[in-house]
Amino acid sequence: MREPLSKTIQTIQPSGIRKFFDIVSEMEDAISLGVGEPDFDTPWRIRDEAIYSLEQGRTFYTSNAGLKELKVEITKYLESRFGLDYDPINEMMVTVGGSEAIDVALRAMLDPGDEVLIPQPSYVSYLPCTILAGGTPVVIPLKAENEFRLTADELREYITDKSKILVLPFPNNPTGAIMERTDLEAIAEVVKENDLFVLTDEIYAELTYDRDHYSIAALPGMKERTVYINGFSKAYAMTGWRLGYACAPERILKQMLKIHQFAIMCAPTTSQYAAVVAVRDCDDEVAAMREEYNERRRYLLHRFREMGLECFEPYGAFYMFPCISEFGLTSDEFATRLLESKKVAVVPGTAFGDSGEGHLRISYAYSLEDLKEAVDRIEEFVTELRNEK
Amino acid sequence: MREKILNYIEKNSRIDISELAILIGEDEVAVMNALEEMRLEHIICGYHTLINWERAGIEKVTAMIEVRVTPQRGMGFDKVAAHIYNYPEVQSVYLISGGFDLMVTLEGKTLREVSGFVTDKLSTIDSVLSTKTNFILKKYKDHGTIMVKGHEKDDRLKVSL
Repeated sequence: MREPLSKTIQTIQPSGIRKFFDIVSEMEDAISLGVGEPDFDTPWRIRDEAIYSLEQGRTFYTSNAGLKELKVEITKYLESRFGLDYDPINEMMVTVGGSEAIDVALRAMLDPGDEVLIPQPSYVSYLPCTILAGGTPVVIPLKAENEFRLTADELREYITDKSKILVLPFPNNPTGAIMERTDLEAIAEVVKENDLFVLTDEIYAELTYDRDHYSIAALPGMKERTVYINGFSKAYAMTGWRLGYACAPERILKQMLKIHQFAIMCAPTTSQYAAVVAVRDCDDEVAAMREEYNERRRYLLHRFREMGLECFEPYGAFYMFPCISEFGLTSDEFATRLLESKKVAVVPGTAFGDSGEGHLRISYAYSLEDLKEAVDRIEEFVTELRNEK
Repeated sequence: MREKILNYIEKNSRIDISELAILIGEDEVAVMNALEEMRLEHIICGYHTLINWERAGIEKVTAMIEVRVTPQRGMGFDKVAAHIYNYPEVQSVYLISGGFDLMVTLEGKTLREVSGFVTDKLSTIDSVLSTKTNFILKKYKDHGTIMVKGHEKDDRLKVSL
């Protein structure tokens, strides 16, 4: 039989973390701090709208780019919340989660040999999506000493004459790092100097604490070279609804829409109707969830500092990224031993790139009670490790 | 800071002060002082526990009584309200806009005890014109908490990236 698989797909390694996940999922009584999705239920008024739309029989395709009413509401929201100015008709499309938007944007923009600059640690899809789109990923390792922000110098170091797109994954999963306006201004200068485009994944934009979120697309001269991605999963606790969106200059968006039209048709109709209510009426619910995440974030930071675990203060998403290099174990070894001896699951930092070595991703999308129990066990484990030495 | 404290303890009054200070990002001594001030100012009026008596297997009868009264010269509704709220079996008294004047909630052990209160105590007050007693059949939600729900399982995948 002939080789059924493409050479490209075979070059993409399955995530090394799979094995660890399998152990966790079989351990019934393990406490997990390993999830990348909110613990809250989707606010009821959103669910209620979805049910209503089904009762009304709104079960058909929407237009490829998404419901007009939804797109109008999203652009109004982006304007008032982040000062972004997009035309709902020609510059925005509704996608199946932010994930689809990432994939479609890369496929619309890359030719073989084009390089995509990917800061890591970061979400796991940028790299394989780049390869699948024929591009070449170039990893920029971020540093703990910069609180995992991307600096202009780091960016310059990795730019070649083939560089085309810079991925900006902030607020960041897994580190919780954010980029503030001044950080972004420095990056934008380098981007313009080198005629790059930016794919900014701002899925955690609503989840920043004690600092305001700022989008690079709002900086002068950046809108025309930016694909802006956001969605409903994190802010509105709507992960399973699979709904995101992309905004881009018309020329780029038109081609992204072409791929979406052939590959996907349209984002789920029920989710789109529900999302109208989310983006229009749910500011209070979002604020309440944000406040609760913030309480947990402060709690964990306090506990880590108390047990002498090195951890920078993350201002975004719902993750902490403490450093465990003092123990002389790899992230993977630490996580495996923690799971085996204390039945607490956390994700090794290396699941998000080699530069995550020496760190753990700890999600605080859990109730305070669960967090307390888990952190107590982590503290026991850390004490035991220190005594071993 | 006061509002932050109040918002938190309205949901969970059992939290200890040092932990509360961490969660809201304030200094522990400042939180302790604010709590004490608010107690003295009667902003914090009590720390109660929300109990599902039905699940505890203990019978209770709760009634919401709509009361129409004649306001009294110089006192408005305050005097008659005081007359009513001073009875310990009365749980709450609200002045209400609309078709009646006072909403009184009352908890008793039996139907007879509650109706006895209405006929003997409430209806006999001079300025009370009429009462309408509504018995609560089931408490679905109380003080922002859904009473009919049990502990919920986490349906999420144990790990996701």
